Amino acid sequence: MVTVSFTKNIQRHVACPTRAVTGRTVREALNSVFAGNERARGYVLDDQGGLRKHMVVFINGEPVKDRVTLADTIPDEAEVYVMQALSGG
Amino acid sequence: MAVAPVKPPGIAALETKDVCDERSNLRGHAKRPVYDGSRPLGGAPAWRVTRTAFLGDPVSVVLPDQRDGSVYAAVGHGHFGVKLHVSRNRGETFEPCGVPSYPPKPEGQPEDRCPMRNIPIPWNVELIWGLETGGNDEPGVLWCGTLPGGLFRSRDRGATWELNRCLWDDPRRKAWFGGGMDYAGIHSICVDPRDSRHVTVGVSCGGVWVTKNAGESWECQADGMWAAYMPPEQKGEPHIQDPHRLVQCPGRPEVLWVQHHNGVFRSADGSRSWHEIKTVQPSTFGFAVAVHPRNPDMAWFVPAISDEKRIPVDGKVVVARTRDGGTSFDVLRDGLPQEHAYDLTFRHALDVDESGDRLAFGSTSGSLWVSENQGDRWQTVMEHLPPVYCVRFA
Repeated sequence: MVTVSFTKNIQRHVACPTRAVTGRTVREALNSVFAGNERARGYVLDDQGGLRKHMVVFINGEPVKDRVTLADTIPDEAEVYVMQALSGG
Repeated sequence: MAVAPVKPPGIAALETKDVCDERSNLRGHAKRPVYDGSRPLGGAPAWRVTRTAFLGDPVSVVLPDQRDGSVYAAVGHGHFGVKLHVSRNRGETFEPCGVPSYPPKPEGQPEDRCPMRNIPIPWNVELIWGLETGGNDEPGVLWCGTLPGGLFRSRDRGATWELNRCLWDDPRRKAWFGGGMDYAGIHSICVDPRDSRHVTVGVSCGGVWVTKNAGESWECQADGMWAAYMPPEQKGEPHIQDPHRLVQCPGRPEVLWVQHHNGVFRSADGSRSWHEIKTVQPSTFGFAVAVHPRNPDMAWFVPAISDEKRIPVDGKVVVARTRDGGTSFDVLRDGLPQEHAYDLTFRHALDVDESGDRLAFGSTSGSLWVSENQGDRWQTVMEHLPPVYCVRFA
């Protein structure tokens, strides 16, 4: 199992409670989360299913490398954080 | 009236028949509210904010649907993407509805690139920049223009959306490019009241496109426009023109007006040809234009100095009005700030109501003005809104 947590900033728009899910990749883990919360998918992923340009996903503190297919692997028991990517200001 | 400013947010709506929405500037990480302003029936007009919505969120477009009373609001969250909300109770509450999205990009399809800057064109909705209803004979139909240039249609009051592939796949689209934005965008959508299948859209920078079969085929019709920002041999190309705003006279739909990047143009033949209007005072540069609902010769503009100086001429906010099809213009300033005013009015931030007498416009400096007499006299409604993107009566 991996734990997926979301930035509090997203909670104002759509509730995204922390979830423990199965998934060997970022795609699989997020799909598990969004399967029960479809509306949240569009807040994190864009039209083509890639990570939104101003969002970032951390796996055990490291930002993911593959932002398009979300193929980065997730170790078992990992902590995954979905955050907004700050840029400027 | 309803007001929706851009960076910080807003929509305002009136209890009377008037709704004006204003948007502010799209580019920042803005947040904006929705304000509701109403004025007492009878007596001196006294506009005020009565309701707000989307406080702290950037509202890019508001659409009051006169056919069923719905109010749509597009929100462009900087981090979380573009969303669309609808109110079925005239702005009391909003709920999420469907969001236009591009279909999966076909495997192996070469990347579209901006012809000017050679940057890739995304297959994602970056911004909802134009939102209009279909005709009165097609309830539930909505049209939506976006950055980077996709046109979408909903047949079910915004629940689901379909990309118009004919326009998106047209090879001539590859010549489009961004003006003030990174990519080209569709900001103006005019549905002909005589025939709902006849739709005219304005694209920055991509010219004016017309379909007479509800989007099954398109023609670029910007003959007569010219582009000061292109090499001389290309300045007349229709599909690189930058119409900042396109409006159609509902009572005489063959007449359209355009505030272009480098001038004002009018068509009297359904956009088959365009005639430049050079007499606008104090400047021909600006973003917004509004046309009288029945008189095709009466139109209003809010001029600024030029593209490299986007502030009012001499620091005085004025509205330019023609009543003779552009032969001459009145410069209207009664009630508007005439000293050290640096307000810019964006393309959707000027509107005229069904009477043709009442107008409203907002500015990047957060002011909102209303006129009850075709612009002869203006009253200040607000001075401290966020930058205003869009103003509409409902």
